[in-house]
Amino acid sequence: MELDPVMLSRIQFGFVVSFHAIFPVFTIGLASYVALLHGLFYKTGNPAWERLAGFWVKVFAVVFGMGVVSGIVMAFQFGTNWSNFSQATSNFLGPMLSYEVITAFFLEAGFLGVLLFGRGKVPEGVHLFAAIMVALGTFISAFWILSTNSWMQTPAGAELVDGRFHVTSWGEAIFNASFPYRFTHMALASFLTGGFVVAGVSAWYLLIGRDVEANRKALSMCMWLLLVLTPVQAVVGDAHGLNTLEHQPTKVAAMEANWETGTGVPLLLFAWPDKEAQENHFEIGIPRLASLILTHDINGEVPGLKEVAPEEQPPVWFVFWSFRAMVAMGMLMILVSFIALWLRRGDRLYRSRPFLQTLRLMTIAPFIAVLGGWFVTESGRSPWLVYGMMTQAEAVTPSLTGWMVLVTLIGYVAVYAVVFLCGGYYLTRVVRQGMLSEPPSDEVQTAMRPLSAADATFEADAGRTLGSQ
Amino acid sequence: MELINLSMIWALIIGFGIMMYILMDGFDLGVGILYPFAPDEEARDVMMNSVAPIWDGNETWLVLGGAGLLAAFPLVYTILLPALYLGVFLMLAGLIFRGIAFEFRFKSRRNRHWWNRAFCWGSMVASFAQGVVVGTYIQGFAVENNVYVGGPFDWLSPFTVITGLALMAGYALLGATWTIMKSEGHVQEWAYRITPKLLMLVLAGFAVISLWTPFVDDFVRERWFGHLTLFWIFPALALLCAGMIWRSVARRREGQPFVATLGLFLFTYLGLVASKWPYLIPPDITLWDAASAPASQLFLLLGVLFVIPVILGYTAWSYWVFRGKVRGVGYH
Repeated sequence: MELDPVMLSRIQFGFVVSFHAIFPVFTIGLASYVALLHGLFYKTGNPAWERLAGFWVKVFAVVFGMGVVSGIVMAFQFGTNWSNFSQATSNFLGPMLSYEVITAFFLEAGFLGVLLFGRGKVPEGVHLFAAIMVALGTFISAFWILSTNSWMQTPAGAELVDGRFHVTSWGEAIFNASFPYRFTHMALASFLTGGFVVAGVSAWYLLIGRDVEANRKALSMCMWLLLVLTPVQAVVGDAHGLNTLEHQPTKVAAMEANWETGTGVPLLLFAWPDKEAQENHFEIGIPRLASLILTHDINGEVPGLKEVAPEEQPPVWFVFWSFRAMVAMGMLMILVSFIALWLRRGDRLYRSRPFLQTLRLMTIAPFIAVLGGWFVTESGRSPWLVYGMMTQAEAVTPSLTGWMVLVTLIGYVAVYAVVFLCGGYYLTRVVRQGMLSEPPSDEVQTAMRPLSAADATFEADAGRTLGSQ
Repeated sequence: MELINLSMIWALIIGFGIMMYILMDGFDLGVGILYPFAPDEEARDVMMNSVAPIWDGNETWLVLGGAGLLAAFPLVYTILLPALYLGVFLMLAGLIFRGIAFEFRFKSRRNRHWWNRAFCWGSMVASFAQGVVVGTYIQGFAVENNVYVGGPFDWLSPFTVITGLALMAGYALLGATWTIMKSEGHVQEWAYRITPKLLMLVLAGFAVISLWTPFVDDFVRERWFGHLTLFWIFPALALLCAGMIWRSVARRREGQPFVATLGLFLFTYLGLVASKWPYLIPPDITLWDAASAPASQLFLLLGVLFVIPVILGYTAWSYWVFRGKVRGVGYH
């Protein structure tokens, strides 16, 4: 079998960026939550808020650290696998990505240390300020990355001269057509991720009866937040979809697996899109619903995939099913949030074991939704890398051969598997240790890096002795 | 004219960033390379604790250099990375493993020996890969129409293996003299003992590379044996630094060996830059050819000029906080 460097590079980039993305998506939401907890403690003086803040900042530290480690690779992927793309777009991409790096460093240098290690050493007001700045910084980082990505979806403010983009207007390039929608959608996704993880962990603590007062507060707060944000996210997602329909109709056609342009298009609940045959098998759909959702008119016209040649169509089944995974998770999150509202009567929210168990499982839902959403938007752009201007095949490194990409792909999978297993395992140790008071430590606190803010031990037996103290 | 100035400023910034990276990550990578040779576990604790608070700050320069290169000199970025494809992967894998080893070794008891291994192997692989990058850079690239056209293993040659090993020895020397400065007692005595041996290794590597380089690259030969002789000041100063290392170790000075090693690296680095200047990728691509659009260079410059003082200040502050000898190592 011929190894295709373009396809393998896409898989490799998709793998490393998906693996990396789950960390910042979580930390962005969590940073705001930590800032909120610090604010509540500052205002009310209730020590429960401080305990919660102290615990969640440790989780934040570990996840942030893993995000940094996995992110180093990203800075090199553009050059190793997509050198033609990097060369063509460097005038825009270079400064944008560098600004993201600068933001992250500035954040780490200025405020992260104070947030992680300042407890009891700086006045609470300063601590709160650091927490707010870290939360703000995570959004500014996301701003640069999402703007860059949006520019690749809806390029603007640049002209292509001799195979290289030159920025004609930074304002137009940065605030391109799809950016406001993508940024809002993603920011809300971060809040939902943070919210469901906090809710899930709080639920678990309530199930085992640990620090009930603080965790009830945390759970209640999360569920109010999610009750508002989950429906809002659906509305924003709809607006994002309309924006995509305007600028990238083929992507929307793939999301709906709609081959022929037509009116009164049904919403497919199940289908097996077959690109070779240019049609779907086993269709089950609700009549006219896709038209209604996409055009807000029951007889509205929805573009079809056949508007473009088959080689300009994205991998339809992948986009179609990723989109359904995202939407299904979104629906589930809305449902759970409303059930929580109903369970508030008589405090069943804190006592219903089936519901608390459900919340534990729901921790994974926002991550599936986020990855599904990114799969849709990234492979839905295929075969374009810069939409309408540069294809993936043009963008790939010319000297690359299939086996080189395959070898490094396997390598990255192996490296990330180790990082993920160690990090994930350690995170469960931090959570199990929970909000216990600081363990008696015989070690000197030497380091001031993100991961060293957490003080759980790596092995279970050592942790158990701590837990029993 | 403005274009020239902006590109020059960027060349200085990135050159400075790379030098900071080599000097600063160099000694903490070196500590990792020396790990298996340490006399006992206590020495390993001291060594790791001496770099633990600052190593990740050191690596910020690598990421800044990578991103800055894409922004300011995209041609270098898009030729170097494809040419070094497999080497870059090895370097990143090494850096990641030693990065997580830093964190988890402290928190681990039963599995500590695994983290020791990850730390040591990660450091060695990353250092070797960086030396290979330097060697490949000296050796040159097959470039046509601003695109790398060589094979996947062009970076692996007897010459680049030598530069890889030489940089490992150099980093180990930085690590050893750093350990002299940060430790006391038997750990320091051990570091004093190995420093002269490492210095001999480094000088041997230095000699082999210096004699070999004119044969792998015509441009460099012309530069060194052509009309301009001013460049010879760099190797001369580097040798002077080597002499200072030797003497200060013999006199059991604590800080001088490390400072002299920094000097050795600095002058070797400047010598390398002088070999190629103003070409970034000889024989055709100068730093002006490799530059991005002036508007892009300027756009980023504003942010960088603001943030570099902040990073420098933060770095200085962390070194100040963790100054002095490493004492009171826990984990009993």
